Amino acid sequence: MLKVLFFARIKEELACAGLELPWRETIADLDQLQAQLCNDGGTRWREVLTRPNVIRAVNQSVVTGNARLRDGDEVAFFPPVTGG
Amino acid sequence: MRACAMATKWPFSRRSPVAELGAQALLAVSVQTADFDVAALQRNLLAGAQAEGAVACFTGYVRAANVGQPVSVMELEHYPGMTESSIVNILEQACGRWPLLAASVVHRVGRLRAGDQIVWVGVASAHREAAFSACEFIMDYLKNEAPFWKREEGPQGSHWVEARAEDSARAARWDGDPSA
Repeated sequence: MLKVLFFARIKEELACAGLELPWRETIADLDQLQAQLCNDGGTRWREVLTRPNVIRAVNQSVVTGNARLRDGDEVAFFPPVTGG
Repeated sequence: MRACAMATKWPFSRRSPVAELGAQALLAVSVQTADFDVAALQRNLLAGAQAEGAVACFTGYVRAANVGQPVSVMELEHYPGMTESSIVNILEQACGRWPLLAASVVHRVGRLRAGDQIVWVGVASAHREAAFSACEFIMDYLKNEAPFWKREEGPQGSHWVEARAEDSARAARWDGDPSA
């Protein structure tokens, strides 16, 4: 199982805080997972998730570039942070 | 990279800074909805120690206007778990750069109003230079790395606050200058 989370503007635009996907080899890295989410979600999801400023994290660590995923991982998509 | 300064006053002085979390106040992080008392936080930073010669603190507030637009309410969202670990990571980086005795961050989430306190950073060190610098470093990095998101509400409606290039530039100032 992969746990996928969305935050802030992305969560709002997708009207989805998160979902779980059964683990399979076709979503064994971040790029594959993102492509799968875009395919499953349709035009809106593709538009939101492929924006250049989308930040991706695996197991609560920000990842630049692609990353291998494993069964049980937590993946998050969020916009640039604005705390403080 | 310097190890986090561990004065003999800390009973667990051989543990790593991470191991101190929750046990001693060397490093402390709280993400909370409740307001905070800066005087009490500063006293806690010093609890049980006399080695500190300097404490530098920063408090951030909700401004009543941002980019020329009135703000009545600010909603802060965060990523539970990652928020705390990313702030701990920032505190550890600060400990690697300056000889700190204690460093704490309190950050509020949820619905805040103009004038409310949002964030507090407190740093204790033997000397003021390290305390001033570390406090600023922690705040600069927090704004760029900790997963918080602000949504502002005012008479014009509500909108997500956009990340500012100035904030990235401020954090980038510390890159490549480990002794800063």
